[in-house]
Amino acid sequence: MNQGTEAKPMTPEVNTLPKEHYLNAGYDWKSWLLTTDHKRIAILYLISISVMFILGGLYAVLIRWNLLVPDGSHMSAETYNRVFTAHGVIMVFFFLIPSIPATLGNFLIPLMIGARDLAFPRINLLSWYVYVIGAAFTLFSLFSGGLDTGWTFYTPYSTVFAQSNVAFAAIGIFIAGFSSILTGLNFIVTVHTMRAPGMTWFRMPLFVWAHYATAIIQILGTPVVAITILLVALERLFHFGFFDPARGGDPILFQHLFWFYSHPAVYIMILPSMGVVSELITCFSRKRIFGYSFIAMSSMAIAVIGFLVWAHHMFVSGMSVYSAMIFSALTYLVAIPSAIKVFNWTATMFRGSISWETPMMYVFGFIGLFLIGGLTGLFLGNLGTDVHLTDTYFIVAHFHYIMVGGAIMGYLGGIHFWWPKIFGRKYSEWWGRISAVLIFVGFNMTFLPQFLLGYLGMPRRYHAYPEEFQVLNVLSSAGALILGIGYLFPSLYLAHSMVKGEPAGNNPWGARGLEWETTSPPPAHNFDQTPVVEDEAYAYDKAPKEAVVA
Amino acid sequence: MSDHIVSWKVYVGVFLALVALTVTTVVAASYDFGPLNVIVALGIAITKATLVVLFFMHARYAGGLTRLVVLSGVAFFFILVFLTMSDYVTRSWSLTGAS
Amino acid sequence: MPEASAPPAQGPLAHHFANLKQQKHAAVLGMWVFIAQEVLFFGGLFATYAVYAMKYKEAFEAGSGHLNWKIGFFNTLVLIASSLTMAMGVHSAALGRSRRIVGWLLATVFLGTVFLGVKYFEYGEKIAPCFGMGAGPGCLVPGQLFDASVLHVAADVAPETQIFYSLYFAMTGLHALHMIVGIPIILWIAHAAWKGRYSPAWHTPVEIVGLYWHFVDIIWIFLFPLLYLMGRH
Repeated sequence: MNQGTEAKPMTPEVNTLPKEHYLNAGYDWKSWLLTTDHKRIAILYLISISVMFILGGLYAVLIRWNLLVPDGSHMSAETYNRVFTAHGVIMVFFFLIPSIPATLGNFLIPLMIGARDLAFPRINLLSWYVYVIGAAFTLFSLFSGGLDTGWTFYTPYSTVFAQSNVAFAAIGIFIAGFSSILTGLNFIVTVHTMRAPGMTWFRMPLFVWAHYATAIIQILGTPVVAITILLVALERLFHFGFFDPARGGDPILFQHLFWFYSHPAVYIMILPSMGVVSELITCFSRKRIFGYSFIAMSSMAIAVIGFLVWAHHMFVSGMSVYSAMIFSALTYLVAIPSAIKVFNWTATMFRGSISWETPMMYVFGFIGLFLIGGLTGLFLGNLGTDVHLTDTYFIVAHFHYIMVGGAIMGYLGGIHFWWPKIFGRKYSEWWGRISAVLIFVGFNMTFLPQFLLGYLGMPRRYHAYPEEFQVLNVLSSAGALILGIGYLFPSLYLAHSMVKGEPAGNNPWGARGLEWETTSPPPAHNFDQTPVVEDEAYAYDKAPKEAVVA
Repeated sequence: MSDHIVSWKVYVGVFLALVALTVTTVVAASYDFGPLNVIVALGIAITKATLVVLFFMHARYAGGLTRLVVLSGVAFFFILVFLTMSDYVTRSWSLTGAS
Repeated sequence: MPEASAPPAQGPLAHHFANLKQQKHAAVLGMWVFIAQEVLFFGGLFATYAVYAMKYKEAFEAGSGHLNWKIGFFNTLVLIASSLTMAMGVHSAALGRSRRIVGWLLATVFLGTVFLGVKYFEYGEKIAPCFGMGAGPGCLVPGQLFDASVLHVAADVAPETQIFYSLYFAMTGLHALHMIVGIPIILWIAHAAWKGRYSPAWHTPVEIVGLYWHFVDIIWIFLFPLLYLMGRH
């Protein structure tokens, strides 16, 4: 039984770009660098994080290149430490954390709830400048001698012994953290105060729920890592001694404070992606999402429970075993809401009318790879097996399956889904699908061997390894090459589409949602008239709404 | 957010209560209650903070959302402190029961 | 270039809000959310304090005992008074008494400055000996020059007192920084009040600055007993 009724969007056969939209509302530098339009700020972020992604990716290339040979002789151990640290710092703080919220979140949330802008447009712009300044500090530190502590800054190495630019990098990350806090603050207030008439909480797109939950984590978690980094900087510069055993400090306290944020941070990285998946899967199954309230509430549950599990990163640190038992039990709890999402997505597809457009391919990639990443987390949450697996490549594979196989797949799926809305043009569907396949193949080839390597005992962050691990390492590096090429293609065909792409029309996918009821690209003020919402979310049993254009 | 205007008398009353509580905490600190000293000090501080939040910051007259935000901040702070302390308090415990 | 059918700005109403009520609701909620974030920001320091106070009880009592509780007590009263004047400032704004707003806000700034001035001397007392200046007791800045002899503790406890003073400087320093940022903002609001920009219908900037200032007071309400009163008995 096919529950969807509309396979084609109700827009004219030949689409044209609207005469006035947010992109041509001013061309000079002031209209961009002093903009308060959430859509333009999203584009500014898109450019910045793309640059950081390329940089982080280049460091990854260096890592995999060095690991082609067992003696790691392509670079010194000291250089290798700087390379993997740079990769981690850039990818975590300057790509993954802002990625979906600052680009798709900023662009879409006001549109999705029928508002003219976010609650605080100038704070939105400020958050971008804060991000850029933080990035500048950090990049300066990375390029002028580098950072060799790992992205986790563990003390007392980072505070006492490291001969690298710890203080500068710490300040840069501290500053960037405020960008995240300001974004979260804006989203929370916007969702509470600026929904259009009729847009009740339980009619909001799940993308918005996901970002609301993410914003809670940004607000409550980031300040703790901010103060921790400040303490590291104080210790480094003024020898305060909070984490230095020689002065009575406890290095494990640093880890508690650090991971109190950094574990919920991984939910900052995955929740928005899950929000994207919810949007895409319902559109490309042409069926209302199954279990809307379960998915919405599971996002909130992940946000809250995610704050209770941080010490599972510290099981072998010397912390109390009894405390570790508590954290282990709580860690198993946090898997449940994620599983609920996967079940509901699957149920959404059941008896739906599934089509294989590029965004949907990324959805399938997400679900499969997130599943593997999440399940391998269960081995790590278990005290016994974690002792064997921690600080090995098993961990590296686990988090890359979630961060790359999950978060980045979701990000790319979202970029492809909303690209026509953001720029008003379609990209080549053929190239889109090829790239999605390439990325999926390259990704698995890179990281599947790493599960094996970790289980067999190869430690992480080592620049050299025993001979018998070379085959798996070479396989992983070959996969990274394919993955890199896979990532290159979208940047080319998407850029090409910005000038040569066919105009998309208001609703090229025939999707449901307020963002599809305005032009592509949208006008600067989003809607000519404030929408009034009468339908539930994802009303795929009804015809899509026509845009109300002046 | 309510537009309720609070009488200045309430503010002065709260101020006097805060002063009185400050004096109390100073006096209480001069006695040795052992481990209770910290609890008394924190209890008084929490009372003072609550007065400031409820009356100076108008949380008393604000809606449920304000209270949710305040309680969330406090709750997660408690999570940070108590779960971290669960490590420190139990670190010296032995698995076999021997001291 | 400007949007074709967005309503023109009506005085304080921003273009993306439907009415002043929505704008006010958003601003106040925004400040509360910011304060929740600040609770966690200072919270990391309080958590650090909790861990080390439990671990180094004697050292913390000695360190706390050496701080001048009378100065702390005075400063606490000053800050509580500044909260009163701030609340009165918001009250005047709600009643539309512009001149009074300015008076109350300037009083708040004055009291805040007194607090900071006292702190300046308190810090000076502990820092000057590190540079061979001042007639006071030893250097209490953690690091090479830290002189625990003024604290009268056993030799094995002495190094642990450094952590107390690290926390003292970090916590009161961060708190003072928040006041240093707050005072110019209050002056800016006072200036706007002088210009007659606030009315009973719109005085939200005064309200939200008030919320920030009260929060800064609350932090001190906890700092005072934890830093100054742990060693008196």
